[in-house]
Amino acid sequence: MTPDTLDARAGHALAAAAEPGFAAFGTDPWWITLIKALVIFVFLMVCVILMIMADRKVMGRMQQRHGPNRFGPWGLLQSLADGVKLSLKEDLIPRKVDRVVYIAAPMISAIPAFMAFSVIPVGPEVTMFGVQTPLQLTDLPIAVLLVLATASIGVYGIVLAGWASQSPYPLLGGLRASAQVISYEIAMGLSFVAVFIYAGTLSTSEIVDAQRPIWFAVVLFPSFVIYLITMVGETNRLPFDLAEGEGELVGGFMTEYSSMKFLLFFLAEYVNMVTVAALSVTLFLGGYLAPPPITTFWAGANEGWWPVLWWLLKFLAVMFLFIWLRGSLPRVRYDQLMQLGWKLLIPVQLVWITAVAVIRVMRNEGAPPVALGAVILGFFVVTLAALAAWSRAADRRRAAEDAEHAERIRALREDPMHGGFPVPPMDAPHYGSSVPAEELRSARPAPTPPTDKREEVTGA
Amino acid sequence: MELYAPIFVLGGIGAAFVVVSMIAGSLLGPKRYNRAKLQSYECGIDPTPQPVGGGRFTIKYYLTAMLFIVFDIEVIFLVPWAVHLDALGVFGLVAMVLFLVNVSIAYAYEWRRGGLEWE
Repeated sequence: MTPDTLDARAGHALAAAAEPGFAAFGTDPWWITLIKALVIFVFLMVCVILMIMADRKVMGRMQQRHGPNRFGPWGLLQSLADGVKLSLKEDLIPRKVDRVVYIAAPMISAIPAFMAFSVIPVGPEVTMFGVQTPLQLTDLPIAVLLVLATASIGVYGIVLAGWASQSPYPLLGGLRASAQVISYEIAMGLSFVAVFIYAGTLSTSEIVDAQRPIWFAVVLFPSFVIYLITMVGETNRLPFDLAEGEGELVGGFMTEYSSMKFLLFFLAEYVNMVTVAALSVTLFLGGYLAPPPITTFWAGANEGWWPVLWWLLKFLAVMFLFIWLRGSLPRVRYDQLMQLGWKLLIPVQLVWITAVAVIRVMRNEGAPPVALGAVILGFFVVTLAALAAWSRAADRRRAAEDAEHAERIRALREDPMHGGFPVPPMDAPHYGSSVPAEELRSARPAPTPPTDKREEVTGA
Repeated sequence: MELYAPIFVLGGIGAAFVVVSMIAGSLLGPKRYNRAKLQSYECGIDPTPQPVGGGRFTIKYYLTAMLFIVFDIEVIFLVPWAVHLDALGVFGLVAMVLFLVNVSIAYAYEWRRGGLEWE
């Protein structure tokens, strides 16, 4: 055997090792690919339509009202009717906008949103019209990066829409939205790293396979929680929907858009939600694998078309989480949003990734359990110390703020023009009325003592 | 390439939908000229003149963008390392921890100098 053949064989072995498990992909006949792509497209559209409806229905129920219930059975067709109506509205282009960019922006944000779903596995190999094929449009050696990349391209749509409108509200909305999305993208990328360490691959179908023993949501719980937070931030949903911020920026970056262009932004937002939810199922919740207790008494749960059901159930659970969060949390302030992203999620992730990597390497190297336990304990102590320091600093800052506030109030009481604003004294009696002057609030109101709840509920 | 082609098939379907719906939207809707309607929207007052390119906005956004680049590159470095951590072993771990410490110094510096504060 000559060295040349050896090299060639080594080359083949390397090529095979570089792309293991991709034999099932890229071999579909063209019509199967087309069918799968069409099914994914239709699924995304139906998901968006039902999600908008579910959003309004579930929110309605959470707020003790009905939500839309007029059009179709239980109001199911409401968003379809909304879409038709929006498309019949005037397609208005304000005179001052940069027309080319203004028209391109909705396309730039909608098209990549569709592409990201192509790497999501919804089932194992099945027989479709006599062809053996995996229930996934395609898989790549860099599949998860593709999702991150398409999400990043979507940001261009937002920032260009804000810029091209040539109007203050959209500009601010676009800037805010892009700053928010890129900030949360870092935390999102970092939360994937721990998954990659455990799965040893970027291909989505192999990541799902790697979760056969146990889901990554259990093993890598902190990563999962941070991914859930960043996925809400990334899609501009409440409580992080500062991009729209109706109270302050009218409609954010889409203020100047109407008719179908507005609809496309909306569509892109909801398709992005579908994608990140599907990604969370893939990376953390075991993808299409049946929940563990089921496989113990039913071995066939992961065979054939059944996995699609498990995938759908998990997917719906994550989608419901979006609505639940929206129904229960108030919108955060922009500085709180950025603070959470940059000062909490990123450092926590860095420490967590280091911990995961150290423990993984130690176990691979066969370190004694005592050393392993000591390292885990060390990370625990470091985390607790950091938490304690952080809460002490927060307490001190709050105390300083309170003192400053009290000082300002005191100064105002002595001199109403303190601070330069010519205002009447706040404790002056109301002119021409018998209403007595309001008592000044000297500092933050003390926390109200817990009262018996039954007494508070009155009426109805 | 066969692996990547289906992505573009799906993208093509999406693009076709987007283009068709935008053309349909501009054809289906009414067209009624109104001078006020074509102004940019500012809650009813006359729009403020906007300098071309959006004018100036707070430097915080530039800082965030710069920091984003630093951290995004860090994430991209972390990804191949994470995938091959089992093969790289202790050497890879030590190298990456050194790299993380390096980036964290810049991060701590920016934090201390108030680059992460949003008022």
